[in-house]
Amino acid sequence: MDRREFLKISGMSLGAGALISVAPAMGSPLGQKVRHLFRRQNGEDPQAFTLVQLSDAHVGFSGPPNPTGTKALEQAIDIVNGLKQQPDLILFTGDLTHESETPGEHAKRMQTFKDLTSRLRAKKIMHVPGEHDAALDKGVLYRQFFGDPNYSFDHKGVHFIALDNVSRGKPIVGADQIDWLKKDLARFPTTAPIIVFTHRPLFDLRPDWEWFTRDGHQVLDVLAPYENVTVLYGHIHRHDVHETEHAKHYASKSLIFAFPDPTTAGDKKPIAFDKDNPFRNLGLQQITEKRPLLVDDIELTLREFSGTNGAQQISRAGAFQ
Amino acid sequence: MKRYVWMILLAVVATAVIAQELKPANVVAISAKRFEFTPKEITLKKGEPVTLHVTASDRDHGFLQEDLGIDLDLTPDKASEITITPKTAGRFVAICDTFCGSGHGNMKMVINVVE
Repeated sequence: MDRREFLKISGMSLGAGALISVAPAMGSPLGQKVRHLFRRQNGEDPQAFTLVQLSDAHVGFSGPPNPTGTKALEQAIDIVNGLKQQPDLILFTGDLTHESETPGEHAKRMQTFKDLTSRLRAKKIMHVPGEHDAALDKGVLYRQFFGDPNYSFDHKGVHFIALDNVSRGKPIVGADQIDWLKKDLARFPTTAPIIVFTHRPLFDLRPDWEWFTRDGHQVLDVLAPYENVTVLYGHIHRHDVHETEHAKHYASKSLIFAFPDPTTAGDKKPIAFDKDNPFRNLGLQQITEKRPLLVDDIELTLREFSGTNGAQQISRAGAFQ
Repeated sequence: MKRYVWMILLAVVATAVIAQELKPANVVAISAKRFEFTPKEITLKKGEPVTLHVTASDRDHGFLQEDLGIDLDLTPDKASEITITPKTAGRFVAICDTFCGSGHGNMKMVINVVE
């Protein structure tokens, strides 16, 4: 085993969202050595775990792009519950609900989301808001149901950061949250593996579709000294992989409807509903014997020659479903 | 007599020059309501100053086109204005960047800048 093989992340097309598996190799003497190195540098040694990213369920939405309501979310929950190895974490990257201006209706939708997701066997469920959850009332209702829209925590050697780029009503993170981020990161060496999860892309994916965060570049500047940053986001209702100078960015598909390819489509219109294959473009797929689960090569490897030791970016050879 | 003629001519020329200097920029009126701007498309001339006079009729909206230096917050009780001088010809899409409901994602207008 060389150091590059010490820590790997596998991405599995499990049929709902993205399953990310962090798997450090700890059996060999070198594995133990690297593990101790991580513990000394980052405060916690990496241990094997998996997480699932789900996004954009839009509970309460009804319309031609998807007349099935919460069916895709419910099926995703069943699929995740059926995993032999239950994920340690479920990350929901925003637009849990669809807004409503009828008094009391949005709160009902948030409660429905909580009721449905309480069926998940995995109990560590983390959220960030999307604009449909939190932009109209500046996050007041969201906070009542889900707590703070931005926070951080450590899990088995990886530092997770939840960023809110919706509840100010505009696609911004804001100076106060950027200051908070600087302080939050201050205790970590640049080698720390970091996963940021947020709703909108932090880079300019397609600004005229509002697929951007106006001060996202400032966030990326703060993250720039860190060598091992992965950003998971939603909002765009399609899979996307993008690399900026210091981070890799992955978008998870939606659980309500899909948007077209922004590089070829003129207008941002949902892809039409297909009643014969209602979940075809969603972050949900039927797993059959003919279409078994696929394990893609995703690596979270050590930077052997960078002058520092740390976990490198997640890189995925295949697409998540 | 000649002296007076020259003075009058000078005054006329000076007035014309001052008038040119003080000539107000063209004003384009734009209104915003969920989930559209009116008009949907405007055309401006490169290098010519223009004032965009933008109103919102129903609720708060945004009016953003970063390449043209446009970034306005719109409220129903007050018109917002910005004067710009487009430096580059092209097609620019301005969007509402203050979330205003379900159709917000497609609330935009086109600003054409021609030579």
